[in-house]
Amino acid sequence: MSEEPAIVAVDVTRTYDLDGVSVSALRGVSLTVSADDYVAIVGTSGSGKSTLMHLLGALDRPTSGTLRIGGRDVATLGPAEMALLRNETIGFVFQSFHLLTRTTARDNVALPLVYRGVGRRERRARAAEMLERVGLAHRLDHRPNQMSGGEQQRVAIARALVTGPSVLLADEPTGNLDSTTGEQVLGLLESLNADGVAVVLVTHDREVAARAHRQIVMRDGLIVS
Amino acid sequence: MRVAEAWRVAIDALRANRLRSVLTMLGVVIGVGAVVALVAIGTGTKRQIEQQVEGLGSNLLIVVPGRLDPGAAPTASTLTMDDVDAVIRVVGDRSRVAVTISSGETVRAGSREAYASMQGVLETTPDVFVRRLDRGAYLTRTDVTTGRRVAVLGAGIARQLFGDRDPIGRQVTIGGVRFRVIGTFEELGQSLGVDRDSEVHVPVTAAQRLLGTQRIDGLAIRAPDRERIDALGGAVVAALVKRHPDTDFSAVTQEQILGVLGDILGVLTGVLAAIAGISLLVGGVGVSNIMLVSVRERTKEIGLRKAVGARPRDIGVQFLLEAVLLTTIGGVLGMALGISAALLVDRLTPVPAAVTWWSLALAFGVSAAVGIIFGVIPAQRAGRLDPVVALRTE
Ligand SMILES: Nc1ncnc2c1ncn2[C@@H]1O[C@H](COP(=O)(O)OP(=O)(O)OP(=O)(O)O)[C@@H](O)[C@H]1O
Ligand SMILES: [Mg+2]
Repeated sequence: MSEEPAIVAVDVTRTYDLDGVSVSALRGVSLTVSADDYVAIVGTSGSGKSTLMHLLGALDRPTSGTLRIGGRDVATLGPAEMALLRNETIGFVFQSFHLLTRTTARDNVALPLVYRGVGRRERRARAAEMLERVGLAHRLDHRPNQMSGGEQQRVAIARALVTGPSVLLADEPTGNLDSTTGEQVLGLLESLNADGVAVVLVTHDREVAARAHRQIVMRDGLIVS
Repeated sequence: MRVAEAWRVAIDALRANRLRSVLTMLGVVIGVGAVVALVAIGTGTKRQIEQQVEGLGSNLLIVVPGRLDPGAAPTASTLTMDDVDAVIRVVGDRSRVAVTISSGETVRAGSREAYASMQGVLETTPDVFVRRLDRGAYLTRTDVTTGRRVAVLGAGIARQLFGDRDPIGRQVTIGGVRFRVIGTFEELGQSLGVDRDSEVHVPVTAAQRLLGTQRIDGLAIRAPDRERIDALGGAVVAALVKRHPDTDFSAVTQEQILGVLGDILGVLTGVLAAIAGISLLVGGVGVSNIMLVSVRERTKEIGLRKAVGARPRDIGVQFLLEAVLLTTIGGVLGMALGISAALLVDRLTPVPAAVTWWSLALAFGVSAAVGIIFGVIPAQRAGRLDPVVALRTE
């Protein structure tokens, strides 16, 4: 089933309930991410980009509509199966890194492997390899507060890649970076995409968006083009 | 996630908050320590009393007037030496019967004086009870039949009156009447809270004359063997009731005395353990509270772990392990504290204490159980957190 798209969303909505007031963050979104896609999502702040990314990353469930990730309908999955799905098929780079502050770069990167049952020795080896790949071989034992924003961003990317995911979701991966570092990170994502990993990224930067194979523009919880 | 991994994460989390972990443990440490120490004191006391009651001699039967009901008013004794003769006939062996009439008296020797428990007895006392002499000789049958004024002194009395001098052959006055010392007892120490070294034994007949009475307070019989104790007790009581139709008599064995004392001490130990258990419970509530705080504080970490693939179970197990680790480490420290406290009490105070394996096992088991019981709610709460919501919290 190599023809099966990585992610299929059909008429997906997501409504948040805030003290009885419902906020519609997504109001019917349909989207297909194929196995070798390179998609950029753009849109104004609050248009629902992060909400959509959370759904695509199996972190959240749609309020209505169907969402299939790696060929599986998330409506049929329990929390433990969702966790497994995240661990096995998704690499997620968060808008604000989300690294464990008291933990070294190497152990931060190795964390997803803990929940895959990989032994400590192999975990550390694979984490070091990944950090080397993002150009942080010299920062293995640094903690997040001992690193620059760009370095932290690359640690977060290394963590997303260490499990060898088939889809990489990155929420503003270059948002906090200067143009040179941003360029490095983009180069990394593009080389991954060339290796057959589907890449979906959110960005406010027109130039970054222009480099993707296709762009999706969001406004008020809808895809407008 | 592997179990070894979960342990590592739990230990790291406890280390990261060392002071808080220690303070949380403290409740459990004190609770377990109290359980171990108090149970040790209860057990030690019970053992000591058992040894003392058994040390009196074997197959003993104590006969006293009145019913041995808890709460029954003590009955004034109407027993006389004639009754004792009747009992000796029933038993068929004078050397198996001992009697006593006791009275607190001041004993003087020269300028020194001591307060003694004077016991009017038969010459058979050392045959019935275990009572060893240090010096001299015990009373003879002739001493008893003639009411001779001779006395055997307890070790404490002898020391108070004569110091290091040999008291044998010297004169003392008991209640103002002159007696000649013919022997002294070996040192015995305390028994059931009574100082048994302050006894002075004199012939029952001499004591009765001194006190101006015909009565005796009670008698004791040593049965030839275990099997015959109950039958003998029945026969003696029947003989006495026949002579005193208006009075009840009771014959109790050592086992019955031990049983009653054991029940009382058992209840006492239980109450102590329950009080200690409550403090353990309070410690457990503390653990629960801290774990809830910890879950709240680490919500973001939980969200991230879930985002990269931790299942609800993995997170739950991690927090449960943390709680169990806290209480079991606390439990082990508490056992050490309890054992030390028990040893100190045993060594430095007259209260005996004996640490028992079962109380250690119980305390450890309970503290682990407390960790599980009080860790479950925080662990479930952590396990159920929604990853997106958790990541959003600050
Ligand atoms: N957990 C939540 N509870 C309530 N409302 C939420 C929640 N998450 C998002 N929203 C609302 O949903 C809408 C979309 O939010 P989202 O984070 O997806 O926007 P975004 O496109 O990622 O914005 P930005 O570019 O600023 O990151 C916003 O109006 C936001 O207030
Ligand atoms: Mg966003």
